[in-house]
Amino acid sequence: MFGKLLAQLKEYKTFALITPVCMILEVIAETITPRLMGLLVDNGVEKGDISYIIRVGLMMFFCALFGLFAGLAGGFTAAKASTGFAKNLRKAMYGNIQTFSFSNIDKFSTAGLITRLTTDVTNVQNAFQMVIRMSFRAPFSLIFAMTAAFLVSARIARVYLVAVLILAAIIVTIMLSAMKSFRQVFKKYDELNATVQENVNAIRVVKAYVREDYEKSRMYKACENIYNLFVNAESKVVLNGPVMMTAIYTCIMIISWLGAHMIVNSELTTGELMTLLTYCMNILMNLMMLSMIFVMVSISMASGERIVEVLDETADIVDPEDPVMEVRDGSIEFNDVDFSYYKESEAPVLKDITLKIKSGETIGIIGGTGSGKTTLVNLICRLYDVMQGKVMVGGVNVKEYDLETLRNEVAVVLQKNVLFSGTIYDNLRWGNVNATDEECRKACRLACADEFIEKMPDKYDTYIEQGGTNVSGGQKQRLCIARALLKKPKVLILDDSTSAVDTATDAKIRRAFYEEIPDTTKIIIAQRVSSVKDADRIIVMDDGRINGIGTHEELLNNNDIYRDVYESQTSERDFDKPDGDDKDKGNGTVPVDADKDYKGGED
Amino acid sequence: MAEQKPREIKMGRGARGMGPRPKLENPGRIFKRLCAASFGHYKLHMVFVCLGIFLSVLCTVRGTLFMKELVDVYILPMIGQKDPDFIPLRNAIIRMVIILAVGILSTFTYNKLMIYVSQGSLKSIRTTLFERMENLPVKYFDTHSHGDIMSVYTNDVDTLRQVISQTMPQLLNSVITVVSILISMIALSLPLTFVTLFMVAVMLFASKAVVKKSSQFFVKQQGELGALNGYIEEMIEGQKVIKVFCHEGRAVEDFDELNENLYVSANNANKYVNIMGPINAQLGNVSYVLVAIVGAIFAIGNFWGFTLGSLASFLTFNRNLNMPINQISQQFNTVVMALAGADRVFKLMDEEPETDEGYVMLVNAKKDDEGNITESEERTGMWAWKHYHKAEGTTTYVELKGDVVFNDVDFGYTDDKIVLHNIDIYATPGMKIAFVGSTGAGKTTITNLINRFYDIQDGKIRYDGININKIKKADLRRSLGIVLQDTHLFTGTIKENIRYGRLDATDEEVVAAAKLANAHSFIRHLPLGYDTVITGDGGSLSQGQRQLLAIARAAIADPPVLILDEATSSIDTRTEKLIQQGMDKLMKGRTTFVIAHRLSTIKNSDCIMVLEQGRIIERGTHEQLLEQKGRYYHLYTGNQIAS
Repeated sequence: MFGKLLAQLKEYKTFALITPVCMILEVIAETITPRLMGLLVDNGVEKGDISYIIRVGLMMFFCALFGLFAGLAGGFTAAKASTGFAKNLRKAMYGNIQTFSFSNIDKFSTAGLITRLTTDVTNVQNAFQMVIRMSFRAPFSLIFAMTAAFLVSARIARVYLVAVLILAAIIVTIMLSAMKSFRQVFKKYDELNATVQENVNAIRVVKAYVREDYEKSRMYKACENIYNLFVNAESKVVLNGPVMMTAIYTCIMIISWLGAHMIVNSELTTGELMTLLTYCMNILMNLMMLSMIFVMVSISMASGERIVEVLDETADIVDPEDPVMEVRDGSIEFNDVDFSYYKESEAPVLKDITLKIKSGETIGIIGGTGSGKTTLVNLICRLYDVMQGKVMVGGVNVKEYDLETLRNEVAVVLQKNVLFSGTIYDNLRWGNVNATDEECRKACRLACADEFIEKMPDKYDTYIEQGGTNVSGGQKQRLCIARALLKKPKVLILDDSTSAVDTATDAKIRRAFYEEIPDTTKIIIAQRVSSVKDADRIIVMDDGRINGIGTHEELLNNNDIYRDVYESQTSERDFDKPDGDDKDKGNGTVPVDADKDYKGGED
Repeated sequence: MAEQKPREIKMGRGARGMGPRPKLENPGRIFKRLCAASFGHYKLHMVFVCLGIFLSVLCTVRGTLFMKELVDVYILPMIGQKDPDFIPLRNAIIRMVIILAVGILSTFTYNKLMIYVSQGSLKSIRTTLFERMENLPVKYFDTHSHGDIMSVYTNDVDTLRQVISQTMPQLLNSVITVVSILISMIALSLPLTFVTLFMVAVMLFASKAVVKKSSQFFVKQQGELGALNGYIEEMIEGQKVIKVFCHEGRAVEDFDELNENLYVSANNANKYVNIMGPINAQLGNVSYVLVAIVGAIFAIGNFWGFTLGSLASFLTFNRNLNMPINQISQQFNTVVMALAGADRVFKLMDEEPETDEGYVMLVNAKKDDEGNITESEERTGMWAWKHYHKAEGTTTYVELKGDVVFNDVDFGYTDDKIVLHNIDIYATPGMKIAFVGSTGAGKTTITNLINRFYDIQDGKIRYDGININKIKKADLRRSLGIVLQDTHLFTGTIKENIRYGRLDATDEEVVAAAKLANAHSFIRHLPLGYDTVITGDGGSLSQGQRQLLAIARAAIADPPVLILDEATSSIDTRTEKLIQQGMDKLMKGRTTFVIAHRLSTIKNSDCIMVLEQGRIIERGTHEQLLEQKGRYYHLYTGNQIAS
């Protein structure tokens, strides 16, 4: 894992290497100071030599200056290395996500990907900075101080060594056990927040069922639980301080005792004793620091793992070696196709699909939720790969096409569609970067989007908010259709793309397709029978299989499901009584469910 | 899996904290309140904590002063003695050990006490916050972003956690340490204390300059981070569209630019934060060196009785003073930030709760032999409104039937913008009333008025002849079953979710409700059936399945009035028909309000109201409305109104 992450350091590797060096230099400066201090006491104070004091004092001052420069350099390079590292991690992840196929995307949730690109990267960045600055500094500082202590007095240094070992053992034990408890706590903590989130989102349900007190008592229990866990976890951590203090004080007391004896026996000087006491603090403090780094790194490990997951994911749909760069026509063929989203799942989503669609044909697809309509059309532009059989467009297996060529010629208007922040023009030009204003407007006319756009104050320069929140569902769908039309595709697939458009407009759009782009193969998935009944052929999907193919009339006669759907959308009486005088308008002779407002929010 | 609402992603970390630190109106007041909310309930604990901190600091200072004794009193006099007597030193060390042990013990005690104080007060803050939130009117949730509300829990309470459990005790510790060290320092040598304080001033000045610089870059970094995160969010949400339009290249280009911007400002911001440590550390060293030199000279000359031992102690004090001072200056920032968080927490707590001036209660009822309604202790299946008439001092019982009347109702979410005008509705028990109309016509709003999520501006709504303002809200809502437009499920088993409608429902009743809602068959196919745990608002279920569960949940409540707001929008027409049969059976003799964009759903209603811009423009049965060839006819046939 670390290797994979560190590979993203790239141009910042040098900085990442310089930082520890600077930190070590800083440590050296810091280690020398107490020793100089000791000399100052022994040779200066005790002998009353003021010029010596000033000389050593100056040396100490330069040490500080040296340390300052090393520290500044270390700080600068650490910032550069860690932020650069974060930049590269984001870039690498984002770049890899762009190569993902639909099934790769499905594997991670959208929220999951966003967290990885944001919070997780920040965690790793902070941990990395901490590691390059501190994880070398602390042990080196410890070692230097220890060595220096040994040089001054091996006997006393041995006391430190023993103290360090015992302390390390105790701290590691405490930390490990505390970390385990903390993990539990944070998991519960997340759950607690999830409960709150649920309550915030579902407040109407809570209020409608008068469950406020019920929720409060649930919350109270959860808080009680968290309280116990936190107390438990922190009770462990709280031991650290006293243990540390005990170690320091014990050392100091032992040294005082030993030191006094040694000084009296002229084995040690007073200055050396003072030096040693300073080192004592240094050594034990650094040990504490190390244990903190340890905790930090292990906390950010989870983030690192999540990032590596994204980096490791390889796109399962890639361009073939020798791709076909042109789609001949809009004919489509399914040859005994089986498909399932998960390789190990037993029940395939599509089974035994064999189907031929001629170029320029209009095909309607109808079927219940989960019957495989969307899956079927997603195979055409190779958003997923078939498990068995093959899908051909323009007489060529889709796997042989250059992906960009194929997807430019096969335009899909997705069911869950998205507009991006930017003007309407910006959004439309997703379909074709070079489209002129005139072409954009024409596409909008075809998609019946021109009416409402013209009514907007800034017309085509109207700014669409992120996620298209400032246009209604039906308007959004029409913009998405226009965007797809700008591709001038050979195959146009509408996946329930007019569900929020009222029936009259829906009919108008279909008529425009019929008249303006007759050569384009059109595949229309719909819930409403009225949206597909004029199609050349209608496919009825049921449970991953084609249940029937035919015209509206044929299916009414020979397909139970189709008839059922049709009848559920009309009442018997109206069904027998089509409104004659509307026939010339080419639509809606059969009453249908008008769903102008797909999502009727009221504010 | 990929189906996540954008709103949920926006919550939590990241979104908050952009831009400069908010100005607090009255930090002193907030601080006081925070202390009251956290330490107020633990006064005794806090007395001991303060005592513990004081003792602990005192012992540490005493330990440092021991250096002076050690050198001056014990070691120096013994040097050169033929037969040095170590007994006094031994005794001194034993005394010190006891003192230090007391210090360690008191450190441990106050830390341990602090756990109970901080976690306990956090528990009470959390539960109070949640309780207050549950009592807020629906309007609050409609007018505040859910992300912001969540952020109070995830960010602000979390900051409070850190401040209460770590920063506050540390700050207290630091202050006491600084004060006692200063006193000891002055006792040892006043001039050297001035030298030390001078360097402290230099240090504070330097930190302030660096902080000023770095906070500029931090603000910038937060801005860039927000921009990049926003872009990432948008692009990942639209990732499938990017694929379909082969837009990957462009997406990467824009990303790189934002990424680079963030890098530049993050680098600058971090740079300044990183140099803070070395600068302070080395300035501390300079201070140390200065004290060492000046102190050495003092010690040689023995000015003001300054000895070698004094120097040893003073140098340690010098070291120990720098740390808490740095801590105070750093933690001051944390406290200010936490106060901003506390302010938001208290603001949420202080929100006006939902008021309820109703006094008519819903009670179990039974009819006696003469047909009079009386209150009953146990569940009888019959309900009545217990209406106490203050003027006469009598109590009457009205049977709960589900008769709902709107009388010339006007309503606006704000007083200056009326969205519903002159609404008249007469729904007698057994009727099915439907609302149709385009987005924003006011359909959902009407249903929000029946259960008093919102209160009307003008007119009257009567329930079984009683003005709904007189009915206790809880009882009013208990008598209404509602299936909302946005389906929300709770983490828990399927069974628990259905039982949400009526907590004492038996397992058989749960299954019966599920069967009625046509949810039984898909539930049975789930790995653990009714015990399958759903999380994340039922993310693993399809929208249609979630709606079926919501219908089952309403069905089990068995209410006299049912409101279905787009309850079947994601269910295919065949299944819907089956559910409808079940519902019709359930709601026989009861009142149903239906909102649907699918006209086939509402065709068999007793009365269809066509709403436009907050007014009922047409009403009648399906046939009558078709005859009228008005708006309904247009909606239904998809044709322009015949001209």
